[in-house]
Amino acid sequence: MSITASSLASRNLPKGAKVLPDGRLKLPKGYWQGPDGSVRHAQTMPTWKRMRKDWRLYTFVALPLLYFLIFCYVPMIGNVIAFRKYIPGSPFPYNIVGSAWRGMTYVEQFVTNPAFWGVFTNTLIIAALSLIFTFPLPIILALLLNELRSRRFKRFVQTVSYLPHFLSIVLVAGLILQLTASNGLINAALMKIGMIDSPILFMQDAGWFRPIYIISQIWQTVGWGTILYLAALTQVDDQQYEAAAIDGAGRWRQTWHVTLPGIRPTMIVLLVLNIGSFLGVGFEKIILIYNPATYETGDVLSTYLYRIGLGTVPQYSLATAIGLFQSVIGLILIIVSNVVSRRLTEASLW
Amino acid sequence: MVSVSDIRESGPAKVADLTRSKPTVIKDTPGYKVFRIVNLVVMVVVCAVIILPLLNIVALAFSSEAAVTSGQVGFWPVGFSTSTFMVVVSDSMFWRQYLNTVIYTVLYTLIAMFLTTTFAYAISRKDLVGKSFFTWVALFTMFFSGGMIPSYVLIRELHMMDTIWAMVLPGTISVFNLLVMKTSFENFPKELEEAAYVDGMTTYGVFFRIVLPLSKAIIATMVLFYAVSMWNSWWGAFLYLTQKDLFPVTMYLRNLIAGINSQGGAAGGDVAAQAQINANIKSVAMVLTVLPIICVYPFVQKYFVSGVMLGAVKA
Repeated sequence: MSITASSLASRNLPKGAKVLPDGRLKLPKGYWQGPDGSVRHAQTMPTWKRMRKDWRLYTFVALPLLYFLIFCYVPMIGNVIAFRKYIPGSPFPYNIVGSAWRGMTYVEQFVTNPAFWGVFTNTLIIAALSLIFTFPLPIILALLLNELRSRRFKRFVQTVSYLPHFLSIVLVAGLILQLTASNGLINAALMKIGMIDSPILFMQDAGWFRPIYIISQIWQTVGWGTILYLAALTQVDDQQYEAAAIDGAGRWRQTWHVTLPGIRPTMIVLLVLNIGSFLGVGFEKIILIYNPATYETGDVLSTYLYRIGLGTVPQYSLATAIGLFQSVIGLILIIVSNVVSRRLTEASLW
Repeated sequence: MVSVSDIRESGPAKVADLTRSKPTVIKDTPGYKVFRIVNLVVMVVVCAVIILPLLNIVALAFSSEAAVTSGQVGFWPVGFSTSTFMVVVSDSMFWRQYLNTVIYTVLYTLIAMFLTTTFAYAISRKDLVGKSFFTWVALFTMFFSGGMIPSYVLIRELHMMDTIWAMVLPGTISVFNLLVMKTSFENFPKELEEAAYVDGMTTYGVFFRIVLPLSKAIIATMVLFYAVSMWNSWWGAFLYLTQKDLFPVTMYLRNLIAGINSQGGAAGGDVAAQAQINANIKSVAMVLTVLPIICVYPFVQKYFVSGVMLGAVKA
């Protein structure tokens, strides 16, 4: 489909328009190309006319917008019950936004509660440990995979290591509980090699909760985490390796000075994303594998607010206040880390 | 039609492939040879650590109760028995909830795909008035959300508790998938759309008869993303459903794990005996739940990988 001179003329091109070698048009600012190929300008077609012409596209937008409005933005507004008294069964709109202002009552309630700070510390520790272990390990695995020469073996390792990503979190929880059970595989193995005489009750021991959680987290995520790094590794310019080799750099130095800088943007984007979900750490899994015996080390903000908000005595406002605290910190963290990464490296999410 | 630019584009990639597959160009140092052997061992260990726990569950599912209780089962069934298997298979509630999972997955995927593709197509059109507003409406939900309690309150006030809608409507549009779709539509060849418009097609015709049929690969990827996420989900059911006959099968598993026996046998009786039966039943239920995923997984894995890459290009 090449563009002939006559078809160009018939399009009435504005001044400064160019036809690129691939046949596309490069138009000056203020002009754009309509879906039918015609060249338009903001002044030649007012906004309302453009909107009317595209009315069918707005029918595409309507339902998804309604979805976002109801299921995402109404709950965001619903967050005001953190500052309002909430009585279930009130008439609309009080059933969503609460019935009367209570100011910072609920915020004070949790901020002055030492149990909350215990849970908050737990969350920080578990999130930090997760980040320390689950962030660098996929990078290392990707680097090692990249050194494999047999393509078939590499693909096999990839296929196997991606698998846990596709398993339901309930299944993973079941797996953890089964492996660590008193008659489970781990206890049986430890007893066989004579390290212990009687089974360790792993899931009843607060000291074991974090290591088990982190190990299972690594098991689930390490393989899938390599995908983006493997993709980034293929983008590293081979000439840089050659240049480094000519300069006398060995494999280690090539990895350190060429490979790692090459995948740095990927690392940073993933780090920013990780930090954004810092406080929401592992919620669905923890709620499945913890129990009152391991609350001390395993209880995190989201499980805590779940028990407060939807436990035997629901305290909607208090739980919402805690949830809002968590969301706001998450938002701040992602904005700050994005700004920092943009300043330092030019890699950013937006 | 192969143009010069095509050849130019594929050129460096081919050269790179050649240098990769011909490592003899640079001679390996002895240290590097040792590294390669260590690397091979590490890879085998990684694979083993990932596969062995799963193998253990399969072995448990087909072992006798006595062997399970005494912790003799490793990676091969001890005292092969299918009696526990039959207990789960003959539990009508298990199959009821399995069917629920299938229904939820199909319905959710259909709704999600319809909303995601149409919205993505609209915001992929650069000339749409309000495009960036619509995009930000979606993007913002990635960074800030209503939280658990307001969402719960909303579903309750919409009278969606204990309905199928509580399962399939919240979380219908995944913003990540939306962005992947949008990128894909933005790269759709403009000439094809133009030609269709010149032929007198409307936006609907262009979208449903030209754009969608030619985006099969990315649509397959998105369908898989949505279907797997629904198949594996349990949290929505845990929050919004109370009736057993509405539960998805992940809730069956969850209740086994939490020690709530589906036949109500947990009350009274010998606790230890209950625990050992549960160990078996749990394993069987796990095997049955994960089976479809394991069967389909090797064939569709590449679609997932390509989907993640597309998303990364956007990010």
